[in-house]
Amino acid sequence: MLSDWPILSLLVWVPVLGGIGVILTGGQNNPQFSRMAALLIALLTFLISIPLYTGFNTSIADMQFVENVPWIESFSINYFMGVDGLSLPLILLTTFITVLVILAGWECITDRVHLYMAAFLILEGLMIGVFSALDAILFYVFWEALLIPMFLIIGIWGGARRVYATIKFFLYTFLGSVFMLVALLYLYSVGGSFSILDMHNLPLTLGAQKLIFIAFFLAFAVKVPMWPVHTWLPDAHVEAPTGGSVILAAVMLKLGGYGFVRFSLPIAPDGSHALDMVMISLSLIAIVYIGFVALVQQDMKKLIAYSSISHMGFVTLGFFIAWQIYDNTGSLNGATMGMSGAMVQMISHGFISGAMFLCVGVVYDRMHSREIGDYGGVVNVMPKFAAFMMLFAMANAGLPGTTGFVGEFLVIISSYKASFWYAFLASITLILGAAYTLWMYKRVMFGDIANEKVAALKDLNNREFIILALLALPVLLFGIWPAPIVEMMEASVQHLVEHISQTKLLIP
Amino acid sequence: MLNLTPALPEIFLLTMACVVLLADVYKPAGQTMISWWLAQISLLVTLFIVLAVQTDGPTLLFNGVYVTDAVSVIMKVAILAVSMVAFVYSLEYQRAREQIQGEYYVLGLFAILGMLIMVSAHHFLVLYLGLELMSLSLYAMIAMHRDSKDACEAAMKYFVLGAIASGMLLYGMSMIYGITGNLDLAAITSAIQAQEGGNALLVFGVVFLVVGIGFKLGAVPFHMWVPDVYHGAPTPVTLFIGSAPKIAALALTLRILADGLQELVSDWQQMLLMLSILSIAVGNIIAISQTNIKRMLAYSAISHMGYMLLGLVAGTDAGYAASLFYVIVYAIMTIGGFGMIILLGRNGFESDRLDDFKGLAKRSPWFAVVMMILMFSMAGVPPFAGFWSKWFVLKEVIDAGYSGLAIAAVLFSVIGAFYYLRIIKLMFFDEDETGNGITSAPATCMVMSANSAVVVLLGLMPGSLMAVCVAAFS
Repeated sequence: MLSDWPILSLLVWVPVLGGIGVILTGGQNNPQFSRMAALLIALLTFLISIPLYTGFNTSIADMQFVENVPWIESFSINYFMGVDGLSLPLILLTTFITVLVILAGWECITDRVHLYMAAFLILEGLMIGVFSALDAILFYVFWEALLIPMFLIIGIWGGARRVYATIKFFLYTFLGSVFMLVALLYLYSVGGSFSILDMHNLPLTLGAQKLIFIAFFLAFAVKVPMWPVHTWLPDAHVEAPTGGSVILAAVMLKLGGYGFVRFSLPIAPDGSHALDMVMISLSLIAIVYIGFVALVQQDMKKLIAYSSISHMGFVTLGFFIAWQIYDNTGSLNGATMGMSGAMVQMISHGFISGAMFLCVGVVYDRMHSREIGDYGGVVNVMPKFAAFMMLFAMANAGLPGTTGFVGEFLVIISSYKASFWYAFLASITLILGAAYTLWMYKRVMFGDIANEKVAALKDLNNREFIILALLALPVLLFGIWPAPIVEMMEASVQHLVEHISQTKLLIP
Repeated sequence: MLNLTPALPEIFLLTMACVVLLADVYKPAGQTMISWWLAQISLLVTLFIVLAVQTDGPTLLFNGVYVTDAVSVIMKVAILAVSMVAFVYSLEYQRAREQIQGEYYVLGLFAILGMLIMVSAHHFLVLYLGLELMSLSLYAMIAMHRDSKDACEAAMKYFVLGAIASGMLLYGMSMIYGITGNLDLAAITSAIQAQEGGNALLVFGVVFLVVGIGFKLGAVPFHMWVPDVYHGAPTPVTLFIGSAPKIAALALTLRILADGLQELVSDWQQMLLMLSILSIAVGNIIAISQTNIKRMLAYSAISHMGYMLLGLVAGTDAGYAASLFYVIVYAIMTIGGFGMIILLGRNGFESDRLDDFKGLAKRSPWFAVVMMILMFSMAGVPPFAGFWSKWFVLKEVIDAGYSGLAIAAVLFSVIGAFYYLRIIKLMFFDEDETGNGITSAPATCMVMSANSAVVVLLGLMPGSLMAVCVAAFS
């Protein structure tokens, strides 16, 4: 039986051990071997993740594929893993994107190829670990450990200001996470268990919940990133190699969003409720203000980085409007819709932002410039590329028929039930998103051929074509038919909304 | 008939130290390695004796001045194992300079003997004797390079400040003696228990004891000697001072405060709290501005001692276990860190500037990874051992109700992460300037790799060592 296999452990350890194997076997002399080995391991991991999807029971909200073995017995820390509808889509996204990222670094990385490939594989394993860990300490170990490969990826293969960017990235996220550690230890000292599921049911006073919420907030908001702790992101994105930017945008930002639904909301629901105005305000600021910031960027990667922050604002908005909707309508449906929208937005943003960064990577590999001003008339020499980028730009702007539309639309509709003004402000992004994305597209693609360098550009090669086609597929498919994603998470989202609608306040 | 079995490790080590001393004098010309081998074998045998003679539950000896219990067994094993590794690195250093000094190992053995006595002491005087035996040997080890100005300065500084610290300690002990009429730890405990209400003089004595302990641990504000000694001493001596004696210093602290003065926990807890948070802050912040890696690691040592003290601040058995775990892990990491400096050295020159690490990933990729593991571990990033040591003390601090203290401690650990990251940056992100790889003996390289492998293994499976530490205090 397939379901008897420890699939989650395989998903974590195949890439991690495979990555270590790539480091040990690879060398400067034989980069092609490292590339092939890494691609095979990434493909294998993706294949392993398929039974996770086929064997997943979408009708229940319980944890599935559970593995639970004692790890540190003195403190009852367990190697406890499992997935529900909230984590499964993100795991599938991770295994899918990693294959593309390995492919994206095929030619442009020539220095220490084995280390590069290994770093991405190890990163993949650790991220899956974060999404599947159900023991708080196990979660924290994965959560922190994945800083190491990312730190190296940006620092070794990044652009000119890579050292500044990577140390800033590391310290920012490290600073956020240590507060989470304190909160987790506090929860253990109160509840006596490191199991996340036990923490969900632990009654706490309002004061404690607020403090715990703030500690989690510091960890997750930095990762999302929410305004005003977003400043590491443009730096890290701009300096990272293409593969690094893709993984950062497509998966790593989702860790923050996932943290909110796995920790903040269910462990401190009353604290979240008490502070939901703060979260809504920050989300709206991110959506609107960062949208304006994106508008004026001259650097393509920076523009997409800011657009990521703006889009992630929808995720946090979708999570935290739940109580206001519930108070206004008295039913859980609206809150469920907002929450689902936020989750869909995470998945969709994973595809779209990854694709956008890959598009920039395609031209950057040829021109070694990210400045919008250096381009112009690219469509004349790269028609296939222009077609793909058109699709992704439209998706980024939230065009109906693409995944970008589904998530944003669900969040906007449900936010209307909370307050007209939330919906109003959130919808501004549809205009802004279209403005900055399409304006960039126009300046890069259309017009006369700007210079000889652009004239000499070659269109997509087969490898690049395959990568972009593989991304275009889900963007369109789930845009027209989002049911598979929504069904996968429905039961879990429902359960989460029910859980947070009930107070677990401990009256002292 | 007095049963000497529990004290066999010390007796054996003392005998062997004398044997090594004689062997070193009468060895045939050219047989330079003989002292090293003898020293290593004695340590190994002592380690086995420690394990062989361990008993269930504490055993008192010599009218209760000497004790073996679970804590002492763990500490002795750690001290002996760490010292053996230290001697391997020391040999590499001396071989590169073609001067293998037998005295170094003799003095080392005496210092280790002093540490073992401290660990097993159950009486103020025995504790003091062990401390002095260790310290005097260390002073001499630092000054062994008598032509080096830095080394002599370091030895002098260490000696003078060490003497002051000993004086403080003795003064504190005499006050406690004045009130309780006892030097025996068990008797002191019962005498304090018997007293009604607080006694200002007793607290006064505790203050002096804590000052002395603070000096020995190198905790702020008694840390001034640490950077100079670490920097000035020859690297193998720095490595030795930075590792095993820290374990012994924790033993000293535990014996005095936890064994003898547990009744006054609320008094010394507050003092240690100040020492601990100051050490964490000052150590981590000043380390940032260092350009010499030995100095940097010295400030890092100060901050690590601060974290270790956090476990004592918790004042519970689990807290002491956390401190014990912390100091063992720290000793393993720090010995690796200084070992790398020795491995990097070339043609008799020390490679102790931060810039010497530039581009190491190109020159010796393997050792760059080894050093990276050590640095991430010291910074407290999982999945390495250093994370669990911080995790353990933080957990106990929070359990004891000091959440604010825990927050301050983690904040400074973020600041501290910066300077460890800088080493990784130098090794991996910067271009190589020299083109010199590591050319140390294969055996040393293997020990170094094993050293970092232990850090990784303890990071993935910290449970058994934690269980041992917890069991020792329950």
